[in-house]
Amino acid sequence: MTSTTCTQATALPAEWRDFVALTKPRVMTLVVFTGLCGLLVAPVAIHPVLGFTAVLCIALGAGAAAALNQWYEADIDALMKRTASRPLPAGRMDRQSALHFGVGLGFFSVILMGVATNWFAAAVLAVSILFYVLVYTVWLKRRTAQNIVIGGAAGAFPPLIGWAAATGDVSTLPVLLFAIIFLWTPPHFWALSLFVRSDYAAAGVPMLPVVAGLESTRRHILIYTLPMIVAAVAPWALGLAGWIYGVVAVGLSAAFLILALYVSANRATEPKEMGPEKRLFAFSIIYLFGLFAALVVDKWVLA
Amino acid sequence: MTPDLEPEVRKRQRERARITAILLGLFVILIFAISIAKMTVNR
Repeated sequence: MTSTTCTQATALPAEWRDFVALTKPRVMTLVVFTGLCGLLVAPVAIHPVLGFTAVLCIALGAGAAAALNQWYEADIDALMKRTASRPLPAGRMDRQSALHFGVGLGFFSVILMGVATNWFAAAVLAVSILFYVLVYTVWLKRRTAQNIVIGGAAGAFPPLIGWAAATGDVSTLPVLLFAIIFLWTPPHFWALSLFVRSDYAAAGVPMLPVVAGLESTRRHILIYTLPMIVAAVAPWALGLAGWIYGVVAVGLSAAFLILALYVSANRATEPKEMGPEKRLFAFSIIYLFGLFAALVVDKWVLA
Repeated sequence: MTPDLEPEVRKRQRERARITAILLGLFVILIFAISIAKMTVNR
């Protein structure tokens, strides 16, 4: 960043688009979708306006966590190609604006959730924001290669919050939905970190490929895929979802496993030769969307 | 603030004020709708 850019950043107020970018809208789509599915598969029907507000609060809470994440990580974001164009490292916004925006949005989302649905859902939402910011961003990310294994819990909260917003409590199915995303996060992020590892290495982030090497990361992806598949099939095996979900879960999980096997067999060291890793990363997003969509369709069709 | 930056600063302030006004309006509508929904649910 040049000194001219820094001077302009402090002189010019940030554009509203930069505040939107601070919420990581692309990541938010998966958060909103899984939260909505958690709400839709709950056994209690929620008023559409209250349901909409609950999903809005999940989205705003995720946006607040993302803004606070970027506020804290501006220094390492500036060192990585993938994140260098974000509003803070690019010098389009001052850090205090990001902090105020994140804290304000976080409080607003939790209070609105409590007022519109129930305070249990609001409490879980608050825990998810604090977990992402304090446990993942501040504590784990720069300290251990297991950062996303534990930090993955932060992204697993939305279906739990959606369910809690509709019912006021938590039971086996939302806990399984939490477990699916929690166990899905390591293979998903490790696949990505394999082909952007030079970015993480440059920023000093101890991601698994940087610390343990490529072969170990590929082996970890395969190992973590197995409990993820168990969690994905469990709702059907335990009788909490019907055959539609069962068929989709088994089919998608088999495809995930095959892609993970291709990754574990790959020996490439250059990102341009990491086709299997890129395919697994892209498919992992489809996998999660597919599982949750199947759960909702299953409930609507077989109910 | 240097004079050459002033038009850009004013433009950004205007845009942010406009967005804030729209969001506040939507928030009022949302609170109204939540109130009506809660009355319907609790009836």
